[in-house]
Amino acid sequence: MKTTHSWILYILLLVLFILHNDFWFWETSHIVLGLPIGLLYHIVFCFAASVLMYSLVKFMWREK
Amino acid sequence: MILAVIIIYLALVLSLGILSHKFFRNTGEDYFVASRNISWFMLLMSLFGTHMTAFSILGASGEAYRRGIGVFALMASSSAIIVPCVFLFIGTRLWKIGKKFGYVTQVQFFRDRWESNGLGLLLFIVLVLLLIPYLLIGVMGGGDTISKITENAIPQWVGGLLISAVVLCYVIYSGMRGTAWVNTFQTLVFMILGGVTFVVIIYRMGGFSTALSKVDTSLLRQADHIKPLELLTYTCIPLSVGMFPHIFSHCLTAKDVGTFRYPIILYPVCIAIVWVPSVLLGILGNVDFPALKGPEVNSVLIQMIRQHAPGVLAGFLGAGVFAAIMSSLDSQTLSLGSMFTNDIVRPYLRKGGKEQMTEKQQVWVGRLFVIAIISITYIISLIAKPSIFRLAIWSFTGFSGLFPIVVAALFWKGSTKHGVLASIFSVILLWLYFFLRYWQTSGYTVGGTGIMPVAVIILVSTLTLIIVSLLTKPPSSETIDRYFNT
Repeated sequence: MKTTHSWILYILLLVLFILHNDFWFWETSHIVLGLPIGLLYHIVFCFAASVLMYSLVKFMWREK
Repeated sequence: MILAVIIIYLALVLSLGILSHKFFRNTGEDYFVASRNISWFMLLMSLFGTHMTAFSILGASGEAYRRGIGVFALMASSSAIIVPCVFLFIGTRLWKIGKKFGYVTQVQFFRDRWESNGLGLLLFIVLVLLLIPYLLIGVMGGGDTISKITENAIPQWVGGLLISAVVLCYVIYSGMRGTAWVNTFQTLVFMILGGVTFVVIIYRMGGFSTALSKVDTSLLRQADHIKPLELLTYTCIPLSVGMFPHIFSHCLTAKDVGTFRYPIILYPVCIAIVWVPSVLLGILGNVDFPALKGPEVNSVLIQMIRQHAPGVLAGFLGAGVFAAIMSSLDSQTLSLGSMFTNDIVRPYLRKGGKEQMTEKQQVWVGRLFVIAIISITYIISLIAKPSIFRLAIWSFTGFSGLFPIVVAALFWKGSTKHGVLASIFSVILLWLYFFLRYWQTSGYTVGGTGIMPVAVIILVSTLTLIIVSLLTKPPSSETIDRYFNT
């Protein structure tokens, strides 16, 4: 395991988990890029999760 | 014409399952975990297809119909972060242990890990009972879909029977390899047809912006239908994948641990591909069908398909729904067959520690249990008629409540069998308490605060496991060394 990257990735994971709770878009139904902003935010969140998973796999993979 | 398309689709699925039998090696390991030889793409498709069921297609659109866009945050994007993490931190470790000790079920691992047959038996009973409602979701959802899409030309009981029969044939004939092949095909089908359904319906509704402008704006924001604490605590629900027997079985099919890499990375994207159309179509269902109530809400997607895409297209789109349903039903029944064979029949038939069953007999016992399970589920589905979605949530809640057990098994040397037993009993008691009192209350949260019962159950089961383990004797040092120092 590449420990130098581990703590950064764990923090990023925690940050992403916190960002899932999007209270800042709670009351708004504005349309952005054709979609309600609350929905668009969570679609982007899915792609951000994928990027973070890529980083976790790349830097923390335990092959043995 | 719709019927012809559906029959052709089911025949195609059946043929693919039967074709995979060419590679069958007639061993228990091959029947239950495909000789641990599945590639990354097939692993991704089978894990994803197995996880997504009538719940994510019919249930999600039904819930979005009632509660709007917040359903995506609750159920989809929470899974997008939790599920890949479970595969990364739990699934890969389970694969290694399964490979090393030849396990094909969770109960085999937990029984050896805590040196307790009684614990294994209790866990077996709990897992089977929790899986039955989940199986029912598939059979009932499938029957309901066929009935609605053919405008009752095929009644629900015939539809459920048809789906059960197809799944039964390829599962008993080809085991896990057939299931993985069919799952891969069906997952691709429901991902592609989900997109096609969305585009066709939106086009027929006059374009996305036009359709969206007709929707009540309260459905386009989360505040009116979801409490902040509900969003926070709902993230406990996807932890259930860590204890699903069928997901465990699929994890063991990986060729090597590196096979998990791409499934972990791509899982969140797959979730977005399937859930965005489901949720949006559910919301837009309010434009065409503004007065759906109760269980009828779960059929909003089917009603939209019928209204906007009649004929052959409806048949294809219906096939997409069946694909999602059958790709879960097959893995669930196979994992139950595997559990009966490997957790009950084989251990209790053993004499003087020696195996009494041949590989061929194991396969046949597994097959007989699969037949029994599908038959019982089908019969129950004829009697039970609750909402698909409510059944799913309570089933997931139970599995999530057991999640601390797998974490303790893998990461805590000091966990004891008494701690785990106490934890299981706490889950049983709390689950029964919440289920019996509130299962009919749609969107129930503890005291109306927004806290999901699953969060309370996980908290109590974790504390129980920790406290009782600290007070009781851990497994022998040989057992600890076996799992931690190699």
